Amino acid sequence: MEATMLPEVTAGGVIIKAVLILAVISAIAGFGTYIERKVLAFMQRRLGPQHVGPYGLLQIIADGIKLFTKEDIIPQHANKLVFAVAPAITAATAFIALAAVPVFPDFTIPEWIPVLGGIFVPSIASDVNVGILFVLGMMAAGLYGPLLAGMAQANKWGILGSARTAIQFLSYEVVTGLSILAPIMMVGSLSFVDFNDGYNDNGLWLIVYQPVAFVLFLIAGYAETNRTPFDLLEHEAEIISGYVTEYSGMRWGMFFIGEYANMITIGVIASVVFLGGYNDFWIIPGWLMIIGKIAFMFFLMLWVRASWPHVRPDQLMWLCWKVLMPVAVINVVITGIVMMV
Amino acid sequence: MGLEQFKDRRVGTQNYKKLDLDHAPNCGWCQFKQVVSRTFKPELFVGLWVTFREMINALFRGQMHTTQYPLEKLPISPRYRAIHDMLRLLESGHYRCIGCGLCEKICISNCIAMETRYDENQRKEVSEYTINFGRCIFCGYCAEVCPELAIVHGQRYETASEQRASFSLFEDMLTPIDKLNLQKEYDGFGAVSPNADENIKKTPLAY
Ligand code: SF4
Ligand code: SF4
Repeated sequence: MEATMLPEVTAGGVIIKAVLILAVISAIAGFGTYIERKVLAFMQRRLGPQHVGPYGLLQIIADGIKLFTKEDIIPQHANKLVFAVAPAITAATAFIALAAVPVFPDFTIPEWIPVLGGIFVPSIASDVNVGILFVLGMMAAGLYGPLLAGMAQANKWGILGSARTAIQFLSYEVVTGLSILAPIMMVGSLSFVDFNDGYNDNGLWLIVYQPVAFVLFLIAGYAETNRTPFDLLEHEAEIISGYVTEYSGMRWGMFFIGEYANMITIGVIASVVFLGGYNDFWIIPGWLMIIGKIAFMFFLMLWVRASWPHVRPDQLMWLCWKVLMPVAVINVVITGIVMMV
Repeated sequence: MGLEQFKDRRVGTQNYKKLDLDHAPNCGWCQFKQVVSRTFKPELFVGLWVTFREMINALFRGQMHTTQYPLEKLPISPRYRAIHDMLRLLESGHYRCIGCGLCEKICISNCIAMETRYDENQRKEVSEYTINFGRCIFCGYCAEVCPELAIVHGQRYETASEQRASFSLFEDMLTPIDKLNLQKEYDGFGAVSPNADENIKKTPLAY
């Protein structure tokens, strides 16, 4: 329907978009590590990275050089193929998930640029009509990374890590689906664009109608991105580094980038679905709003990490199956009843 | 703490405070109540507030804890026993050491080596003075025994160097003559106590 107003989305545009996402999100993921270290440090009244560049801003470059130049070690008894593929799964699925998420506004490359001039670059790499399902499914598939990595490396900490991955996978996946179901029922679509436009119809952020679903989604999202209250997979104090124990250098870095890309994805989904998306708010333009919301969701993850202790695996299962799932089901039922009446 | 209490060796029987912990719930309903109360208590948000407050304190109220060590240093106690300093007389700038040799004698690891001679004014002059810091145990006896407070313990605790001789010559330890106005009177181990005047009594001459 929008094709009349917008220029044609060409293959070239999509490819440029994909490259953009890859470049920008990798950079942001790297920058995210810097932000995380700084914020955590401030919350503990420390300074954080300080010496590389002004305010330690170039720390990510130093880290990048370190990661790239480190020796790539594959342990002796590891299953070499799986060991090598696992990090790629995490990183790749994280970026594939981002393909269906609106990341930046549309723009057209100016004509004066030699080869690429005039190509229209869409906001979403591929606006599939089951966007939410696709993204959640991709992020869930990303858990194969830790699972395989832990099992491939012939290391008991790795095995424990992948066992915990399985636990985590079994726990939150139900809650994610059920929590997002109620908003889907209200909007009646699975496309992110419809969620975004739903705001215009109602005039209120979806979080006002669905606070319970928002909280549930956040909890499940933290479990999905393996963030602190649920960072069971690689909790240092218990299982060394879990599934990344044997990884070093760039392979480890790919897990890391995948994790941060997933954090951004969760932030985007939460902002678009629950917090009104990239609509203008009062006098603030939409692109600034969406950046602000994503930044806040990201900050919230760091904030939570600084504040809260993490739970045991059995507590996670208990929480997800005995508390969150019933709450989510009740929420869906109530939403349904209210919509029917 | 009185002496009586201090000598009491029955460790484990005195002065323990029992924490007033809740008992674990023992029925299904009690467990449910516990879950509900824990779920709806705002404790998680209190936790969030605490970290946020600390961040504000650190960033805007100057309560950052980090000491950027090589650039900033924490003050250390005057009683800290680091590399020795040889002090000078403030009036003349001459070094204080009178070459009495007490420090050399008392040094329990035998690491002070000194030689003295008479100078042209028939005044005792220190011609050699070194401390072997490979052996010094920083006990502080030399500073304590020195009658002139000439040898004292300074505040230089960063003692990594290529040569252990770097710190140990008389000239290295002596206050540089142009920094004389910065020389601090030593109030650490062996210095006169602040209330020394009150403790002085008249010498009883009656007997
Ligand atoms: S501190 Fe002790 S060991 Fe070191 S020079 Fe003085 S007396 Fe000798
Ligand atoms: S005790 Fe003091 S005055 Fe005597 S030789 Fe040693 S430093 Fe000099």
